[in-house]
Amino acid sequence: MASFLNSERPPVFCPGCTHKNVTEALDKALQQLGLAAQEVVIVSDIGCSGLFDTFFNTHALHGLHGRALTYATGIKMARPELKVIVTMGDGGLGIGGAHLLSTCRRNPDLTLLVLNNFNYGMTGGQCSPTTPPDAVVGSGFLNRLEIPLDVVKVTRAAGAGFVSRLAAHRPELADEIAKGIEFEGFSVIDIWGICPGRYSRRNKLTPKSLEARIEALEKASGPVAENVREEYGAHYRRLAAGQEPARPPRPVKAVFEPPQKRPWRVLVLGRAGQRVVTAGELLCLAAMTAGMHATQKNDYPITVLRGHSVCELVLSPEPVDYTGIDVPDVVIALAPEGVARRKAVFQRLKPDCLVLRDAEVSIASTPAEVLAVDFRKARIKAADHALAALAALAFRNLVLSPAMLKAAVEHRFQGAVRAAALAVVEAMSGGG
Amino acid sequence: MALCFMEGNEAIAWGAFEAGCRFFAGYPITPATTIYNTMLRLLPPAGGICLQAEDEIASIGFCLGASMAGMKVLTATSGPGISLYSEQISFAVGSEIPLVIVDVQRLGPSTGSATRGADGDVQFLRWGNSGGLPVIVLAPVDVGDCFSLTMEAFNLAETYRCPVFVATNKEIAMTRESVDWDKLRRAEPVGRRLCPQGADFLPFGVEKGRQVPDFLPIGNRRLVRQTSSTHGPDGYITTDPVQIGANQKRLLEKIESRAERFTFYEEMAVKDARTLVVCYGVTARAARLAVAQLQRKGQAVSLLILKTLWPVPARLIAEKAAGCRRVVVVEMNMGQYVREIERVVAPLPVGFYGQMNGELIGPEKIMEVIAHG
Ligand code: SF4
Repeated sequence: MASFLNSERPPVFCPGCTHKNVTEALDKALQQLGLAAQEVVIVSDIGCSGLFDTFFNTHALHGLHGRALTYATGIKMARPELKVIVTMGDGGLGIGGAHLLSTCRRNPDLTLLVLNNFNYGMTGGQCSPTTPPDAVVGSGFLNRLEIPLDVVKVTRAAGAGFVSRLAAHRPELADEIAKGIEFEGFSVIDIWGICPGRYSRRNKLTPKSLEARIEALEKASGPVAENVREEYGAHYRRLAAGQEPARPPRPVKAVFEPPQKRPWRVLVLGRAGQRVVTAGELLCLAAMTAGMHATQKNDYPITVLRGHSVCELVLSPEPVDYTGIDVPDVVIALAPEGVARRKAVFQRLKPDCLVLRDAEVSIASTPAEVLAVDFRKARIKAADHALAALAALAFRNLVLSPAMLKAAVEHRFQGAVRAAALAVVEAMSGGG
Repeated sequence: MALCFMEGNEAIAWGAFEAGCRFFAGYPITPATTIYNTMLRLLPPAGGICLQAEDEIASIGFCLGASMAGMKVLTATSGPGISLYSEQISFAVGSEIPLVIVDVQRLGPSTGSATRGADGDVQFLRWGNSGGLPVIVLAPVDVGDCFSLTMEAFNLAETYRCPVFVATNKEIAMTRESVDWDKLRRAEPVGRRLCPQGADFLPFGVEKGRQVPDFLPIGNRRLVRQTSSTHGPDGYITTDPVQIGANQKRLLEKIESRAERFTFYEEMAVKDARTLVVCYGVTARAARLAVAQLQRKGQAVSLLILKTLWPVPARLIAEKAAGCRRVVVVEMNMGQYVREIERVVAPLPVGFYGQMNGELIGPEKIMEVIAHG
């Protein structure tokens, strides 16, 4: 099998750099597996390991520091048949830490070669996440303040399916890489190397001492029994295939005449739990059953289970331009939380405005007509107050008619929910 | 008329889907999350891919990888996420990776207010990439635009091999409105131009007379190289100043010299207008009401609504301002796009009103600005 190495662009590493061993081992592994160049993508990170893509005649993507796994994941999801190999230094591992952990958790079929040489070679030998505290590096005393990250421990704990650690000069490196590529899941190969350009000038490091240090650590070679599971992409496709196709947007049939052919600005002031947003939607749908246009702007706190819930609804025979409401035509006051949110509005109301308020909710004085509705007498639960308020309007043939409201409920709900909502509407037929 | 009721974010997702987008990656963020929610309903059952990443950097990174593998891709976020996208946007600009990015703008600075609208990112979108090369930014006014402009955004991203932004606003994104679904403008979807079989392929090779390199996906029979480093046509690093300079110029010109082909706008013009109001985004809706009312009173006021913000449609703006005594700009920030208008219409005086308090700018306010501002 022919070499994948790009004869026009031979490796340009410093003499004695073990990145060269990794380059050769990767080439050998690809040959061993009998892969075609078209089937292989090398995604390289930044730093000396970021040169890898240029040495090989394969597909290649070289991107930003620490982000190589993100591009690789996108490629693999789009083209599952490709063998995607990522080369990254110990620096990329740190800056892309969140991506490393998440990729372990996902277990996509990617092979990550960590070219771990305990420092940032390209920028002048500063400390990296794997620098021992006793090393002399280009970061002054700062590496003494941090402990090195154990790639094997971390990636195993995070869920990588295949984790190996070995020194770059080991003869079995090519086999280990080939096994990693063959493994269906995320393979992390932590390859310890020597950076004569920066690191081993100031720190005594030989192939022997490197191996001794690896020996002293937890052994790692191959699949991690407790992490072996379905590959991410295959799993995604299996679950995705079982999803219901999305239904296209459903138009509302315009079959009624609105009781008044004019624009309405309706403000609903409630609180969480009163289904204010749903009622707002129902009012808009009801308007649409009479050929009106509608907009709905909601205001509620990020914590949705408590606090105010306010809806601004604009209904109009013409398409709606401005969706804000400075002076409403109708205010539905259902809860003190909502009323407090729009305190100032009540004074601004015109005399021909209507305020429909829950009999138990007090409001500021207003020039508008005020109508109190007793939901308790009609035996309406709090969750249905907003809908019941719409029904109260409908039975006065104001803004909407009972037929419009019922049609909106039927458009929006099915089955038991629909029946329950229609019952709430009916319960208000006496006027509340 | 068949009215459907939906919010801007849903319309964006449907627009993307109809444009042929089958890959979405995002990270939850109010007020953009419902784009992700909708894509999650649309894509998996259609054989597409919808992913939630560990952060915004990863979500756009997934998209860049998938785009290089040949897919039409979308991501969506808001101010804090756009900030994190920045380095990847630079990658997409410099390395010509087609991608549509939705920025559902919310009130900033920083985390600001998640549920309050603003148009505070419009200069950031243009200049928030290292190197400062141009991008395309479209700005919808309503739910219908969210759909139609998203379809256009995909066509532009594919045609020009660049990131295209849809700069929306919480006030359009999360406001539901009735929309005549079947009548929405639907641009015929186009894909990126592939390098023909038999022709020589260089990843960034550009034929004479063209400015956009032909594409081949990673995984193709012919090997593809992509790199974020300064590169020559072969996708390998270059240090040749002539080659580098020519490439930067091409990246600039491929977008800017074609601006007129994708200048989207709307207007309410009167003959012999003395004042031209320029607006974009949700503010344009209030401006329509304000200008309509003034026009009914016989005032010589025209309205220009820009839906392409970048590249600045300079010729259009100059043309519409010609003959006016002044221009008025109203926007939901403290004065961003007005700088472009001032530059283009100089020496015409430009009145300005900017508001960034989480509230919509109403028609009354705009009338007041037109009268006195
Ligand atoms: S700086 Fe270090 S890692 Fe980089 S090429 Fe030189 S020896 Fe190798």
